[in-house]
Amino acid sequence: MEILLLQIFIPLIAAAVMLIAGKSARSLAGVLSLLPLAVTAYMYVNFVPDASIQYLVNLPWVPQFGINFKAGVDGISMILLILTNLLIPIIILSSFKHEIKNQSAFYALIFFMQSGLLLVFTALDGFLFYVGWEIALIPIYFICALWGGQNRIQVNLKFFIYTIAGSLIMLLAIIYLHLQTPNNSYDIAEFYKLNLDSSTQGWIFWAFFLAFAIKMPVFPFHTWQPDTYTEAPTAGTMLLSGIMLKMGIYGVIRWLIPVAPLGFHDWGLTALVLSIIGVVYASIIAFTQNDIKRLIAYSSIAHVGLISAGIFAWNMQGLQGAMIQMLNHGINVVGMFFVADIIIRRMGTRELDQLGGIAKPAPKLAIAFLIIVLGTVALPLTNGFIGEFLLLMGVYNYNIYFAALAGLTIILGAVYMLRMYQKVMLGVTNERTTIFSDIDTTEKSVLLIVSVLIIVIGIYPQPILHISEAAISNLLEQVNQKILVQ
Amino acid sequence: MSSLITLSILAILVLYLGLYKAKNALLPATLLGLAGALVLAVLEWNGGAQPIYSGMMLFDNFAIAFTTICIFSTMLILLISKDYFESISEHVAEYYTLILFSLAGILVMVSYHNLTMLFIGVEIMSVSLYILAGIRKDDFKSNEAALKYFLMGAFSTGFLLFGITLLYGATGTFDLTQIRDYVIANPTGISPLFYTGITLLIIGLCFKVGAAPFHFWTPDVYEGSPTLITAFMSTVVKTAGFAAFLRLFLMCFAPLHDFWMPALLVISLLTLFVGNVTALYQHSFKRMLAFSSISHVGYMLFAIVALGVNSSNSVFIYATAYSIASIVAFAVLILVKRQTGADNFDSFNGLAKKNPFIAFTLTVAMLSLAGIPLTAGFIGKFMMFSTALAEYHIWLVILAVLNAVIGIFYYLRVIVAMYFKGAERNEIQSSSYFNFVLGFSALITVVIGVYPGFISSLF
Repeated sequence: MEILLLQIFIPLIAAAVMLIAGKSARSLAGVLSLLPLAVTAYMYVNFVPDASIQYLVNLPWVPQFGINFKAGVDGISMILLILTNLLIPIIILSSFKHEIKNQSAFYALIFFMQSGLLLVFTALDGFLFYVGWEIALIPIYFICALWGGQNRIQVNLKFFIYTIAGSLIMLLAIIYLHLQTPNNSYDIAEFYKLNLDSSTQGWIFWAFFLAFAIKMPVFPFHTWQPDTYTEAPTAGTMLLSGIMLKMGIYGVIRWLIPVAPLGFHDWGLTALVLSIIGVVYASIIAFTQNDIKRLIAYSSIAHVGLISAGIFAWNMQGLQGAMIQMLNHGINVVGMFFVADIIIRRMGTRELDQLGGIAKPAPKLAIAFLIIVLGTVALPLTNGFIGEFLLLMGVYNYNIYFAALAGLTIILGAVYMLRMYQKVMLGVTNERTTIFSDIDTTEKSVLLIVSVLIIVIGIYPQPILHISEAAISNLLEQVNQKILVQ
Repeated sequence: MSSLITLSILAILVLYLGLYKAKNALLPATLLGLAGALVLAVLEWNGGAQPIYSGMMLFDNFAIAFTTICIFSTMLILLISKDYFESISEHVAEYYTLILFSLAGILVMVSYHNLTMLFIGVEIMSVSLYILAGIRKDDFKSNEAALKYFLMGAFSTGFLLFGITLLYGATGTFDLTQIRDYVIANPTGISPLFYTGITLLIIGLCFKVGAAPFHFWTPDVYEGSPTLITAFMSTVVKTAGFAAFLRLFLMCFAPLHDFWMPALLVISLLTLFVGNVTALYQHSFKRMLAFSSISHVGYMLFAIVALGVNSSNSVFIYATAYSIASIVAFAVLILVKRQTGADNFDSFNGLAKKNPFIAFTLTVAMLSLAGIPLTAGFIGKFMMFSTALAEYHIWLVILAVLNAVIGIFYYLRVIVAMYFKGAERNEIQSSSYFNFVLGFSALITVVIGVYPGFISSLF
């Protein structure tokens, strides 16, 4: 039995189990979510951190169109498998505090989405990648639209239409590439071998970029994001920000740049500039927010902008920084939204103005929240530091002025995050916040996991950096060679 | 070939059953006969078909495949017709007979090898449909539908016939092989009569399949006709129209690609935009389906615009996916309308709470029509896009993608109404026939979506 097939299909089976689980769905979901994590742990232990593709699965699917179920794991995919399968249990655990109507459907959709995400992160066939890409979208749409807030219908329609428009354009590019391969294949290795002229690669670059930029989101394709994050149920927000946006980042590294290196050569700078604009723009807007969820949403745009900038700088530091920062951002943003959820649930408001002084009645929450904030603002010895440091170094190696601009995230990020912390946790309590009860066991365990991860990765990031190093340097070399030849 | 004979005899038999008031035997007898015809058709698969009846018909794999899907869809439609016809008319046997005669015409349309047979097939099919559209005699809308359909149909048949005549004038034959030989033998000196003939044929066939700007009859006819007849027209009849269209172009006109391609390209784009943009503004689910069916014609025309080896496959899969999903949509529409008396989007509100199964099957159908992966509709769109891109119609596909996005917008409205909007409503009681058709169609949709291999390489 191929271990990777297990990895991809266990969540799907779990989703089916959820549908018949009925009342016990909640606890069963908690247990089942650990299975994919266990498989990932097994894969991690047996993983050889070189540039090769491991756990390869290659089954014919629709042979007459050259479509295969081809998937495998290299260092880049490995990190995303860890991210996905680590965060899903945390997200499921964090949903335990909520009264969820029709919970078996809720958890079934989460598991279904997990399958799609794992497909995206391991697919080595263009068609399979696209299918996974869309499979991940359908469940999250239903999660957000069924269990979301007031304006969920309109907001999610915008989100759905936006992302699907991007991905259909990507499908076009994938089919086009398929037709160009000598033996009409969807294999990514065949795509890598193509030598298209630079104008063709130009539009292919944009076709892929559009899909990925909408997902991440990169300025100016971000307009769906704050509304969707705000209206979604907390678990939905966590899935979107923690895992789903990494689909876009992963897509850039795995598909966009290696498939269209000359397109990247011509247009990479534009993409880099857009990313940096996004960093500054989102940071400024985050500063003016009074809604705690929106603030985190904008801060997420800023952080993702930096990751994207690091990738488009296209050097070892930038890429490695992107890899580790994807994991860190996932952990931090999930923690952040979880804390926000705790506060919103108890206080019934998202307005910063109406909060304050929570640290006094809830000291444990204050500590956990502080660790997460510090991780997000990239304080040394927290996980955010190593990631943002490498990313900025990558951008610096590309262009010093860009690095200076992008470096603003660290400063601005500290400003708006600490402002938020101050407004929520410190200061005097008002009649609402005095009765705030401190975190209970479930909440404590979620926050404990998150804060331990933040500190451990901050102090000792080497195991994670090591996973992707060989794969990244191999990829870099391959693309740079192609650009040089031209 | 034997399936055509079976069908024709079956139709007469059913008429007699009606005469002797054997109402309860009508549906089983019809279904049994159709199943027999289906089996007979499939048995001829890969039989090395030769033109028969002095070259009038050719029951090749193309014909068999489209015969199969047409009979199959008709069976699904008839399965949900239990009680339906009784509720709107007393002359139940006529329904079955007319549908069967119409189907016989369709079989001729997909297997013709001579232009006169094309004409005869189209007429047999259409005349039955004119009556079916107006079969609710006391209903104004039904009468209007029948009259409009008849006038427009007759008009388009005129074009078709005139086109055929001109082709005869240029080549001296009705036989498809000989016409093809004529085209190949005269690469430069093709008579202007021939070109005019092609143009008129395109117009006539576009009328029949409802492509813009010849689509004006479809919304009113679809809305006015009894819902099941609409389902029949928008699935089986449309599929047959396309099969006839494609057969003619594949067999005869392929070498003249440069002449007719630009015209069809424009028609195809126009159809997409007209269908989609108008569907966007509909409040009635039934009218939305009518306009969306126009837009699906636009996608299917891609296969003819980018005529090639994959065209038959693409049309076949697209038509299958589209037919099955539409049947589900119409079936649910019948159930909802029976309960609420209305067919606007709001009457679907809250359906998911009371009837999760029905809502789920309709969701699968809508996702399929919208072309979301893991459904048959996606495979259909995917093949159409591939076919068009293979001929380097990049702009066509980009505009089609835009249209696909518009399509998702209005298909989602139903899903939104069912799942996200609450309403006080009672559970809809549906018979086991309905549940079977809904469940089975949803299953096929997903199976084709997940594993398209088994029908994607027929030709």
